[in-house]
Amino acid sequence: MAAYDVVVAGGGNAALCAAIAARSRGASVLVLECAPKAWRGGNSKYTRNIRVAHLDGDAVMPGAYSPQEFLSDLVRVTGKDLDQDLASYVVERSLDLPAWMSDQGIRWQPPLRGTLQLARTNRFFLGGGKALMNAYYRRAESLGIAVRYEAPVVELAFEGERCTGVVVAANGSSERVRAGAVVVATGGFEANIEWLREYWGDRVENYAVRGTAYNDGALLRVLLDLGAEARGNPRGHHAIAVDARSPKFEGGIVTRVDSVPFSIVVNIHGDRFADEGEDLWPMRYATWGGLIGAQPEQMAYSIFDSKVAGNFIGGAYPPLIANTVGELAQKAGLPVLRVEETVGEFNRSIVPGEYDPTRLDGCRTIDLSPPKSNWALPIDTPPYYCYPLIPGITFTYLAVAVDRAARVLRESGRPLENVYAAGEIMAGNILLRGYLAGIGMTIGTVFGVVAGEHAAGVRRG
Amino acid sequence: MAEPTSIDGLLAEGQRQIAICNGCRYCEGYCAVFPAMERLPVVGAGDLTYLANLCHDCRACYQACMYAPPHPFGVEIPKLMSEARERSYSEFARPRWFARWFTAGPRAVAALTLAGALVFAFLAWAAGRARGIFAPTESTRTFFDVIPYGLMLVPSLLLTAFLLAVIVWGFIDFQRASRGASHLGARVWLSGLAEVATLRWMRGGGDDCYYPAIERSSPLRRRFHHLTAYGFLAALVSTSLASFYHNVLDLPAPYPVLHPVVLFGLVGGIGMTVGTTGLLWLKARAAPLQARREALLNSSFLVSLNLASTSGLFLLALRDTPAMGALLVLHLGTIVALYVTAPYGKFVHIVYRTAAVLRSAAERAADEAAGGRSAREPAALGRPASTRLP
Ligand SMILES: Cc1cc2nc3c(=O)[nH]c(=O)nc-3n(C[C@H](O)[C@H](O)[C@H](O)COP(=O)(O)OP(=O)(O)OC[C@H]3O[C@@H](n4cnc5c(N)ncnc54)[C@H](O)[C@@H]3O)c2cc1C
Ligand code: SF4
Ligand code: SF4
Repeated sequence: MAAYDVVVAGGGNAALCAAIAARSRGASVLVLECAPKAWRGGNSKYTRNIRVAHLDGDAVMPGAYSPQEFLSDLVRVTGKDLDQDLASYVVERSLDLPAWMSDQGIRWQPPLRGTLQLARTNRFFLGGGKALMNAYYRRAESLGIAVRYEAPVVELAFEGERCTGVVVAANGSSERVRAGAVVVATGGFEANIEWLREYWGDRVENYAVRGTAYNDGALLRVLLDLGAEARGNPRGHHAIAVDARSPKFEGGIVTRVDSVPFSIVVNIHGDRFADEGEDLWPMRYATWGGLIGAQPEQMAYSIFDSKVAGNFIGGAYPPLIANTVGELAQKAGLPVLRVEETVGEFNRSIVPGEYDPTRLDGCRTIDLSPPKSNWALPIDTPPYYCYPLIPGITFTYLAVAVDRAARVLRESGRPLENVYAAGEIMAGNILLRGYLAGIGMTIGTVFGVVAGEHAAGVRRG
Repeated sequence: MAEPTSIDGLLAEGQRQIAICNGCRYCEGYCAVFPAMERLPVVGAGDLTYLANLCHDCRACYQACMYAPPHPFGVEIPKLMSEARERSYSEFARPRWFARWFTAGPRAVAALTLAGALVFAFLAWAAGRARGIFAPTESTRTFFDVIPYGLMLVPSLLLTAFLLAVIVWGFIDFQRASRGASHLGARVWLSGLAEVATLRWMRGGGDDCYYPAIERSSPLRRRFHHLTAYGFLAALVSTSLASFYHNVLDLPAPYPVLHPVVLFGLVGGIGMTVGTTGLLWLKARAAPLQARREALLNSSFLVSLNLASTSGLFLLALRDTPAMGALLVLHLGTIVALYVTAPYGKFVHIVYRTAAVLRSAAERAADEAAGGRSAREPAALGRPASTRLP
């Protein structure tokens, strides 16, 4: 039976950070990734940036972003009931991440013109998340870390209180691998439709899963069954509006549709159901997954005209185009008369104002339900456009509790001695709801490194 | 990416892939191609030509792309760009009928080398110097004892004029079709030419080319390319100097080894031989991401350069031996092949790439003048170019 000091389950950001940290401390390390090599890297391969605190500006991050500011941003989006201790620990340790990551071969992208705003708080990976994961895998290889693909971990083996290794399912049979310590970094359960159905009912059938198809949460379930304490909201998930033509899995960033605030959004009956102009889009985009999910058949249609067509970045699929609203409705398979009525009612209820897509411009409707509070312009200039929308899940919030050493905590409060968790599987300790751009990678990298370092300290039994 | 069968097919496939890149933009730090895509509201055939010739085939975007095969989105920018480049080479090769009838594949290179050598052998014979080639006597001490200066000069001038005419012609047509900037300020010329001269875009955003292996980056290709290109320049300098010494200073060849003509020729020849050999060696190992025909044109051009420089080096080394006459005729043959095939082979990438880099430099300068935001960049409410919340 193969034996390693540290076995890491998972093949995304948290897993590779744990593996590299453990190997750098001298441990022998095996990474077990359930995806084939071509699909390795989990949701991490779809990311673009990481949020880090820093006391001075540098070539890629202008200005300072203090740990205090980071922490208060985090508390603002997720609420005060986060684990304060772990949250401040992540924020503090994020100070060291750029240097550590650069040492592993990660390259950064200098802020491009017009993006200085986000560059102060977030570091962008040159080439994005897949380039990042490639760099980590290259580093792992040069350090002599063993990596196995198509190797799903299905169980943890125990002798008494001690985890002695893992069970891997491969080619229809199962195989045991002995381990001095195990790091579980297998992400959330967003690709497990059955599990999501428990919380969301049949409607999840119609959702797209934006990230990897391999995060089925199998080990999250195993840990919970072992008595690990659950954290985060099991019903919670981050979902946004994506193009209805998206693939079921792995659509990533480019299926996202950002036309909503410039449009009206109707359901399959041709009725509006929410205020499209409630707030600036970065504040609201993550509510639209849920809003569309509550509509019949989980479908919606964003309709706009040529006046605003250039105001946002398009995605992978071209919009439907027509010269009249009726024709557009027909192309989209919507009830023509009702859509024409909805557009007419909307157009008639607009208060004239000064349209400005860069701020809350107060161009709004009156006596319309639901209202559109900003950026309301009449839809009257052909050609007309439509994007069909469905909800797309980004990630889930249910997590196992961990301590500062990334050890998994049981309901009794006692940790599992030599089982660690890192990444999305424990992010729910810190992020209970809402989202702060780049925080997923911060949590995964900090706790990946911490888990790897501690796991390497445990000698094989 | 399925092999597109028509120009329309290629353009439609290009538009599909570019729409995905424009929705993603993760690669915008690698090269000038992605920011150039972002400036295009609609991608026309000319735009695709422009983007394709701006692409240096460094493959950084390919290794970074989570949508590359086996992902069903099938994004393969280097391959797409290679297909489009190859199209543009044949589209802008002038005169058209000649280009259609004749492409610079390896067979053309071989045939022309042979034909060129035969022509010069014939010239030597006609001048009554045939014996200088195969049975040199005491009196065949210099190149001109084999082929008289005038007979060497006139064909080279004709070939050079042909090459220049065809290139300028193609450049103008290319500029028009790819909507190249027509009024370039001095600063744009300077920065653009500096980018061309340093192969700026083979460095990516600080990474080198992911070539030959997609798995890791390497500076080798850029280095071999520099050796080849600057070797070529040095050889040109050597030739020009030689005619200056001969015609203006009335100091005909042969020159001593430490003479500038010989030194430039030597350095250039070594650079080209090492550079082209290196590039061919890398090519044999490279991941197959190039259109088949572009790969063919590419190798033919490299082989042609390699033959010219290697035969030149041999000629220099053995110029005092009986082999000189035959080597000279062969060398001249390789030069003929190089010059005749140049406008229909990979050589033209110098022209089109320069034009594309200049347009990109002009666009970047315009962005800067417009306050750092391109005119078509969407407003903050949509998505600032790099704001990718998950
Ligand atoms: C489109 C998109 C864009 C995003 N952009 C950003 C961003 O810019 N910045 C940011 O901070 N966050 C972003 N996020 C969130 C971010 O992706 C996650 O927070 C982060 O990737 C989690 O890392 P992880 O290592 O925990 O999980 P993952 O990267 O998902 O890795 C989980 C790994 O475990 C493997 N695995 C699963 N089950 C098993 C098993 N039983 N056995 C073995 N292996 C298994 C999977 O194959 C996968 O390799 C984005 C998410 C999406 C979907
Ligand atoms: S990652 Fe792929 S889709 Fe995105 S910009 Fe790069 S090549 Fe295009
Ligand atoms: S291959 Fe290199 S130069 Fe070409 S588009 Fe990709 S990153 Fe840019």
